[in-house]
Amino acid sequence: MSQVMRETMKTFRIFAISLAGLAFAGLAYAAGGAKHAHAPEDGWPFEGVTGSYDKASLQRGYQVYKQVCSSCHSMKLLSYRNLGEDGGPFYDPAFPNPNDNPFVKALAAENEIISPTPNDAGEFDLRPATAADRFRSPFPNDAAARAANGGALPPDLSVITKARVGGASYIYSLLTGYPDFAMYEDRITQENGETVYTTVIDMAKFEKLGEYMPHHGPAYLIQPAGQYYNPFMAGDTKSNYLGDPRHAPPGGFLAMGPQLTDGRVEYTDGTEATIDQMAIDVSQFLAWAGDPKLQARKEVGLATMIYLGILTILLWFSYKQVWRKVEH
Amino acid sequence: MSGHESSYTPNSAFERWLDKRLPIIRFANDTVVSFPTPRNLNYWYVFGGILAVCLMIQIITGVILAMHYEASVDGAFASVERIMRDVPFGWLLRYIHANGASMFFIAVYIHMFRGLYYGSYKAPREVLWILGCIIYLLMMATAFLGYMLPWGQMSYHGANVITGLFGAIPLVGESLQTWILGGPSIGNQTLQRFFSLHYLLPFMIAAVVILHIWALHVPGNNNPTGVEVQDIEKDTVPFHPYYTVKDGFAIAIFLIMFAVFVFYAPTVLGHADNYIEANPLVTPSHIVPEWYMLPFYAILRAITFDLGPIDAKLLGVIFMFAAIAILFVVPWLDTSKVKSMRYRPVARQFFLGFVFVCLLLGWCGAANPDDPVIPALQGEASLVVSYTDAGGAAASSTYRGGDEAYAAAEAFIATLPVAAKASLEAVPAPAFQFRHLSLILTFLYFGYFVLLFFIGLSEKTKPLPESIHKSVLKARRPKSGTAVPAE
Repeated sequence: MSQVMRETMKTFRIFAISLAGLAFAGLAYAAGGAKHAHAPEDGWPFEGVTGSYDKASLQRGYQVYKQVCSSCHSMKLLSYRNLGEDGGPFYDPAFPNPNDNPFVKALAAENEIISPTPNDAGEFDLRPATAADRFRSPFPNDAAARAANGGALPPDLSVITKARVGGASYIYSLLTGYPDFAMYEDRITQENGETVYTTVIDMAKFEKLGEYMPHHGPAYLIQPAGQYYNPFMAGDTKSNYLGDPRHAPPGGFLAMGPQLTDGRVEYTDGTEATIDQMAIDVSQFLAWAGDPKLQARKEVGLATMIYLGILTILLWFSYKQVWRKVEH
Repeated sequence: MSGHESSYTPNSAFERWLDKRLPIIRFANDTVVSFPTPRNLNYWYVFGGILAVCLMIQIITGVILAMHYEASVDGAFASVERIMRDVPFGWLLRYIHANGASMFFIAVYIHMFRGLYYGSYKAPREVLWILGCIIYLLMMATAFLGYMLPWGQMSYHGANVITGLFGAIPLVGESLQTWILGGPSIGNQTLQRFFSLHYLLPFMIAAVVILHIWALHVPGNNNPTGVEVQDIEKDTVPFHPYYTVKDGFAIAIFLIMFAVFVFYAPTVLGHADNYIEANPLVTPSHIVPEWYMLPFYAILRAITFDLGPIDAKLLGVIFMFAAIAILFVVPWLDTSKVKSMRYRPVARQFFLGFVFVCLLLGWCGAANPDDPVIPALQGEASLVVSYTDAGGAAASSTYRGGDEAYAAAEAFIATLPVAAKASLEAVPAPAFQFRHLSLILTFLYFGYFVLLFFIGLSEKTKPLPESIHKSVLKARRPKSGTAVPAE
């Protein structure tokens, strides 16, 4: 068997060289200026070769999405029936067709939507959604979404975990990464006879930044009107930093303020709704929404690996057998 | 090898009947069964077979994906996600196809470096090599066209950059660009023609692959010694079963690596920005092509100076295309009579350096050209106070050092009147940036081919084995003759 290993290693070495080159090139792909996203303390249950989503967490995550996120963010690629599909938060093996699942139907019916198809009179009814309908969008179009959000467009969340470096960890880090309210200070100044209010963040108190600490006396970050600082947001803080620009904090500004406060959602399963818990749940829900076939993928993957492993061993023995009398 | 005697004897009446009319079974037998293949091919020679598998995988998954894909700017992004969600095993097809492109390129790069190392481009295999270069060009075009189809941010803006290159060509550039895009900018018509061509090119690749194999079977395989086959009996073995089983073993290992990506890291080789739907109004902060184009992207961006009447952009384009074009003439640039680098001690060192240069170019292509190559070596940024002096002219004052420089800069700003409109900014210390490294590497890349010309004229090569057969025996001899350890 050691010879199998040697031969396999020989071919693997060739692949390894090329993979090393790939990894080398990939190093430079990190997002500029922002802190690297980190997973929650206990990690994610869906990582690793056999990992899968925690169904209870997905259900709570849907609740957070429904009660918090969905007032601004659309999820246009998802339908209510997806919630009841295998691997989804409300899958019930008794209903292989999620359109029949009464719980999913009830969840859908909680949402009033404008029917995508006209009625007999040619009008578009306002009606409760069915399982086959797409998730209700909070705004009729992008312009309306911008108008309601100070000019910023809340991104669609359907594939957000695949569209950001760091995935679910990025969402989790962003939601829990805002400065605490105690760090904000309001400053009132007079400029040309007008009273100007500015919000500044005392960076010296920002312990969440970890390794980054202002080391040259008090330093403040001015928060632009309608914008919120977050160390995990890609961007640049130099021009807003009252202090040595060479030590401007990582991160940038976004139009979404901190959304999660303790107890903002009342979980139906009785779990305590801490900021961390809600962030974990909604991040996992969004990870599922972006990659709903993860479980099926890993199951097929395992079977494929076993098959290819056996095939490789058989081919190796065939190879040894065929070549046994030929010097090469 | 052409002219090797056909070992096929029709066994049945039907085979005899068919053999007189269309000797297709004879052809298949002589091509993939009895074809005499050097017995000393190592694992670097398995990538031809792997590439054939890659092409088949891409065509099969691609044809099925095309049944579900919608080539329109309004529907493309959503249709790709629909394939992933609602088409049975659509996620599998799409992940195989997307990662398959990367696997195809890993294999083709190793295959090409193999050819460069063992001198497989030299007489009598020049046409074989050139056909391979054509396949590689077609692969690049196909991959580029295909990357547009998911209609993500990187699809759109990457295509914008690359089609913009044609605009750099003098006189006809702009009309050429408009002709390629089908309009003044990328739109629905561009997506549709890219889809159409993305479907067409793989079949052109398949056609050239047939020519490539034909051109291989006329002179026969090269081999690690570079010594031609002299005695078919002693030097070669029939392709089947010897190489079908060896290639099969390598293909299985390759598929395991392929499957690791498809099932456990399907998005790791892609770019996150491509999961954001294309938006012409928002440009990603950092546009990069797929990893397999990065070395050429680095060469394109390395040229930042004008040369006489040629501006930097056009010069970059010229160098980028020249980097591929030079491969076509390698058979005539390399002057050495000896094929394999095994027996070329000097050229061998330069070859290894060339591989390293290509990898480094890939690294540069992924990086921001203004970033320092080694951040740890960059000195501290200096602080510059810009203001308007009493005379109304722009002035600036620079402070270097640590915290005391900041204190000094702040103190200076405090002395200036409000009308001076003082502002403070950090200016990075000069550093060795990726743009500099790219330029050096670009010259090293082309330098390798120039060196190949001169090394070949003067290099003292090691003695070649008399034949493939003898080289195989020689390699075994030291094993049996191991000295008995002293008691």
